[in-house]
Amino acid sequence: MKKWFAMAGLCMASVLALGGCGNSASGKNGQVIVYNWGEYLDPETITMFEEETGIRVVYDEFETNEIMYPKVEAGATSYDVICPSDYMIQKMIANDMLAELNFDHLPHAKANIGQQYWEQSREFDPENKYSVPYCWGTVGILYNKTMVEEPIDSWSVLWDEAYKDNILMQDSVRDAFMVGLKLNGYSMNSTDAAQLEIAKNALIQQKPLVQAYVIDQVRDKMIGNEAAIGVIYSGEAIYTQRENPDLEYVIPKEGTNVWIDSWVITKDAPNKENAEAFINFMCRPDIALMNFEYITYSTPNDAARELIEDEDIRYSEIAFPDLKQYANLETFQYLGPEADEMYNELWKEVKSE
Amino acid sequence: MIRTTVKKIYMALIFIFLYAPIGTLIVLSFNASRTRAKWGGFTLKWYTALLENREIMQALWNTLLIALLSSLTAVVIGTVACIAIQGMSRQKRAIFMGITNIPMLNADIVTGISLMLLFISLGLKFGLGTILLAHITFNIPYVILSVMPRIKQLNPSIYEAALDLGATPLRAFFQVVLPDLLPGILSGFLMAFTMSLDDFIITHFTKGAGVDTLSTKIYTEVKKGIKPEMYALSTLIFVTVLILLMLVNRTPEEKRIPDK
Amino acid sequence: MKNHKLSRQMMAAPYTAWIILFIVVPLGMVFYYGLTDKTGAFTLENVLDIMSAEHAKALWYALGLSLISTLICFLLAYPLAMILADREGNAKLNRHSLILLIFILPMWMNFLLRTLAWQTLLEKTGVINRILEFFHLPSLQIINTPYAIILGMVYNFLPFMVLPIYNALVKIDPNVISAAQDLGANRLQTFLRITFPLSLGGVISGITMVFIPALTTFVISKLLGGSKILLIGNVIEEEFTLASNWHLGSGLSIVLMLFIILNMVVSAIFDKEGEGNML
Repeated sequence: MKKWFAMAGLCMASVLALGGCGNSASGKNGQVIVYNWGEYLDPETITMFEEETGIRVVYDEFETNEIMYPKVEAGATSYDVICPSDYMIQKMIANDMLAELNFDHLPHAKANIGQQYWEQSREFDPENKYSVPYCWGTVGILYNKTMVEEPIDSWSVLWDEAYKDNILMQDSVRDAFMVGLKLNGYSMNSTDAAQLEIAKNALIQQKPLVQAYVIDQVRDKMIGNEAAIGVIYSGEAIYTQRENPDLEYVIPKEGTNVWIDSWVITKDAPNKENAEAFINFMCRPDIALMNFEYITYSTPNDAARELIEDEDIRYSEIAFPDLKQYANLETFQYLGPEADEMYNELWKEVKSE
Repeated sequence: MIRTTVKKIYMALIFIFLYAPIGTLIVLSFNASRTRAKWGGFTLKWYTALLENREIMQALWNTLLIALLSSLTAVVIGTVACIAIQGMSRQKRAIFMGITNIPMLNADIVTGISLMLLFISLGLKFGLGTILLAHITFNIPYVILSVMPRIKQLNPSIYEAALDLGATPLRAFFQVVLPDLLPGILSGFLMAFTMSLDDFIITHFTKGAGVDTLSTKIYTEVKKGIKPEMYALSTLIFVTVLILLMLVNRTPEEKRIPDK
Repeated sequence: MKNHKLSRQMMAAPYTAWIILFIVVPLGMVFYYGLTDKTGAFTLENVLDIMSAEHAKALWYALGLSLISTLICFLLAYPLAMILADREGNAKLNRHSLILLIFILPMWMNFLLRTLAWQTLLEKTGVINRILEFFHLPSLQIINTPYAIILGMVYNFLPFMVLPIYNALVKIDPNVISAAQDLGANRLQTFLRITFPLSLGGVISGITMVFIPALTTFVISKLLGGSKILLIGNVIEEEFTLASNWHLGSGLSIVLMLFIILNMVVSAIFDKEGEGNML
């Protein structure tokens, strides 16, 4: 019997050892584990970073902030660098998940990121201690001019029976509720149960008209003329227009979400110095330009913007809108665990309807 | 005559049903346009781009490595387990077989979640190792399922005769027992390999950063737009397997790997 | 002889360790999380939450769609298995290679890609609709509806229905059939009273192998249902990946397992031989 247990123990030990060895391969200067949005940088820049620094990049992607958070929280993978949005950064700060950045290691960030973006960041990172802006933009409506006759300027078009089965909605809680709340003239950071109920009912009412709830697929479906109207991030507008000139992007008059996605470093980052080197590298003007040209999301990197050769794009109203001329713009706030739960519950009710 | 025609039509319809999507994928691999919504003319560029795509090649390598290692390990553990189970009392055997069948009968999503909870509570770092452990776990039942019937057919006196003739138990096993089990082991291995290759759900819950199999890679790409290189890769895999199957089928009836 | 027993026990050791660590303990953890709340106190709330409107709806949807898919799979698979198992009809064809070709080969084309390809086929401006348009036929609008999900389920799980039925059919002794015919049974009678009862084991395992994955899928509904239809699998997946409520997710998984056990009990009643027909 003793022998039996010894054998069993031996097997378990060897199995644990096997599990522990995960990804051990790394560059001569160690590695950095990056967790970023899908299609959110030019892969070439990673290769360049690896060649210049000898740091191996382990790269992983997420689809929404809500998918990213539990993964980081569970701790099954120790990510170093993450690129969450404003409200999620606020949530991570509130839950003590982020490390303060050492800006002595981030000279490119200090030099190249425009002042206005640092100020904007204070809404979620009050002392600019934790985050370095990477991309920013708005959320709006992308529509196909050949399928939509009238000019579009309001979220209410997403409730227009004429476009039944021709509407693409965002498949993430906050973005969907933003539309529902804004339509009814409420703040998109509302925690008022009555207002949220109204927004929920609006979304349920809209559901029969919706072709599909998607995230990044909006892009391909709009290019392929699959739908007439889609809710989309401004950064996709330039790319989709290039592929399909019939598409047009608007910011609805009821107002919308102005967001910033920023680089942050996790509290338990195993490779903090490498992580800072990575963020700094991403802020270098030539690299930021490469990324801008690849993903076409607005860059807060002023030095990189100066390098854009195409004047139409450098002064494009879509890529770099003058936010002052739009009313009711807001940025998402972290609303606390109870409100999070309420949103999730209501969203589930919409989805299961 | 009418009966055979009806049969043939029926087979053809099923065949079209099963192969229409595959045909679509193959056609898409030659589409010059980046999005699958538009036909941009014939091209072979995705096949050359594929070779330079580090991420996809890495995912392919991971997939094959995991499938190979997990099915090999499952074969070893499973075969030994079969022999052990065969020697057990009726009651004990029933319990063992019951537990063995759980991963096969249970929903993939529950198996995936349960393993994820286990790995997190053990503090394991998610990566190739955790995927491998998960795959071995769901592969073992397939091996046992194929080897068990062979073991039942074994004549125990042959093994004992070998011992009586002076062979060590190990030698007796490798020279007398194993050859009889081999067909079962091989088909178990193939089944495990295929299952591992096609698995998405369990890998989805047990994978870590930057370690992707083709399945999980495709899942992330499905959402942000599949890279056409992926179609090219699938086409290549498909054609390779097709050719392999044809070659296997040309060998004489008896030698072929039995399908259990 | 004693030595023998000992070595057999030693051989059982690695496997025993493996199944305890990777099957029993993980399932125990699902039960632990499912039956406790965030403070660790015992509760049935997570399991009973299946009664709440949105979860019950997701479960009914999943049950309904998977039952329909299983039925369609059965209706498609049985004739197919009979054709494949027919000894006279396929004399020339190499049956073995045919089966491999039809059912194993597609599995090497990734499951997600195959399902995604259906999206391309079914979309509004997709391949099928372009063909219909060319012939001036009305367009097919089933993408992002329950019909598309059923189609996806049937497509993906059909082989799991065909193979066990085929295996059961080829095992039937042809002498039994000819005996029945000699005794005056017509084709239909032979089928109803001999062939079908003898293949029942295969049918039952086919049903299990289609029903369970269809009931619990979250991928097919996501890809072909446009995320408009929430199945119980989607709810559970999102509890883990979005809401990070492991307790609720585990609680709902327990409910799912009850259905699986129910299915196993039912098939055990029908299929007394028990083994051999699974694959």
